[in-house]
Parts: sequence; C-alpha cells; structure tokens
Amino acid sequence: MFESMLFTSVALVAILSAFFVMKCRNPVNSALCLITNFLCLSVFYVMLEAPFMAAIQIMVYAGAIMVLIVFVIMLLNIGSVAKSRYTHGVAGAAVVAFLLFIAAAKFIAGGEVANKVGNVTAQVVQDYGHTELIGTAMFTEFLLPFEIASILLLVAIVGAVILSKRKV
Amino acid sequence: MISIYHYMILSAILFAIGTFGVLTRKNMIVIFMCIELMLNSVNLTFIALSRHLGNMDGQIFVFFVMTVAAAEAAVGLALIIAFFRNKESVEVDDFNLLKW
Repeated sequence: MFESMLFTSVALVAILSAFFVMKCRNPVNSALCLITNFLCLSVFYVMLEAPFMAAIQIMVYAGAIMVLIVFVIMLLNIGSVAKSRYTHGVAGAAVVAFLLFIAAAKFIAGGEVANKVGNVTAQVVQDYGHTELIGTAMFTEFLLPFEIASILLLVAIVGAVILSKRKV
Repeated sequence: MISIYHYMILSAILFAIGTFGVLTRKNMIVIFMCIELMLNSVNLTFIALSRHLGNMDGQIFVFFVMTVAAAEAAVGLALIIAFFRNKESVEVDDFNLLKW
C-alpha cells in the first residue's frame, strides 16, 4: 500500500517534471525540472534495491552533468525564446512521440517478462551490500569494458579541451 | 503491488516525452537535456529488469551508459560553445554550415 502510494506520487512528479523540461521557455527552468526528474529516478532506484545506483545518479547526473549544463546556459546568457509559429511541426512530433509510446506499451503489454530469478535476490543485496556486488561484477566479469570506458573518458577530455580552444 | 510493468510503462512515457522534446525544440541545450531524459528512462528500464531477473548485468550496463552520457555532455557542450562563438546562436535552425 505504502509502496504503491510512493510509486504513484513520485511517478507523477517525474512525468510532470519531464513534461516541463520539454515545455519551459527558459532553459534554466528546463534544467531545474530535469534535476527534479533525476531526483525522482534516484528514488525509484532506491525502491528497486539499487542504492549505489541512486547515489551515482545524484552525484554524476544531478551533480556533474547538470552543473556543466547550467554553467553553459549561464555562460552563453540565453534568454527565453519567443513562442514558435510552426504548429504543424509540433503536431507531427506529437504524433511521432505518441506512436512511439503506443508501440512501446503494446510491446510491454503483449510480451511476458521472463520470470527467471537469478542469484541476486533482496537477501543477497542485504547481506553483501549493493556496492560490493557491483564492484565484484565490474572488476571481474566486465573488466575490459571498464578499461574501454576509461579510454572513452580520456578521449572526451582531450576532445573537449581541443574544441574549446580559441584557435584550432 | 508495484510490478515490473509499472516501471516499464513509466520509462516508456518518459522516453516519449524526451522524443517529443528533441523533435520540437529549437534550442540546442534543451534538445541536449531531452536526450539526457531519454537516456535516463532507458536506465530505469535496465535497473527494473535487473531487479526483476535477479541479475547484476543490467546495473553494470547503466554504469556504462552514465559514462557515455558524461563524455557526451563534455564534448557536446564544447561543440555548442564553439558554435556559439562563431554564430552567436544556439538555435538548431542556424546549424546550416553544411547546407548546399
């Protein structure tokens, strides 16, 4: 009962904030709504027994990426935009987005999620801790993707520095 | 009781809203934020299914999605700043340097 109420209210806030990310005229308001959405998602991660992912969500997304975006908005000094006149484009996009949602909903309703229960149950997460489970998986089974991700981040750093140099 | 389907429908809704934002908005930074929204809705699906199937692999995948999102944010915002320096605008309608 409590879980259901919590889910409904947080889902409502998540959907409303996502809507306002898309709707707000001022990019700063969009950014604030996006941060609200990230916080709602981290609540969902806690409900799904993934506390480490919730912490990472807040630290990386709400902390790092959104600060970067807000910083760029402030740096470029973008004001609110005027109301757009292309209503047919908006209608077409609405149709595309709605069809996408219908397709996804049909797929979810029609397919049966496999009821295979693996070895990571709520009890295991309680006993070992979520961080330890993630760390074990990442540094044994997924070691090569982890190293490739570090190279990706290095390339991103170098690319960002070169792109923001005044003379290329 | 909250089942896996609730989470998947919720993330489908968030993904559709993100798609709508990407298709309609003109401001490059808002489009960027809508892409982050779509990435996050996919992350929610990954974690919900990982919890449902009792398997850790989905959460590791979310970790890598976050890495790619961080790299994308750094490079994309640098591109936006470089573009703004040349054209004094972040509207996607002005991105017509390659137009013949």
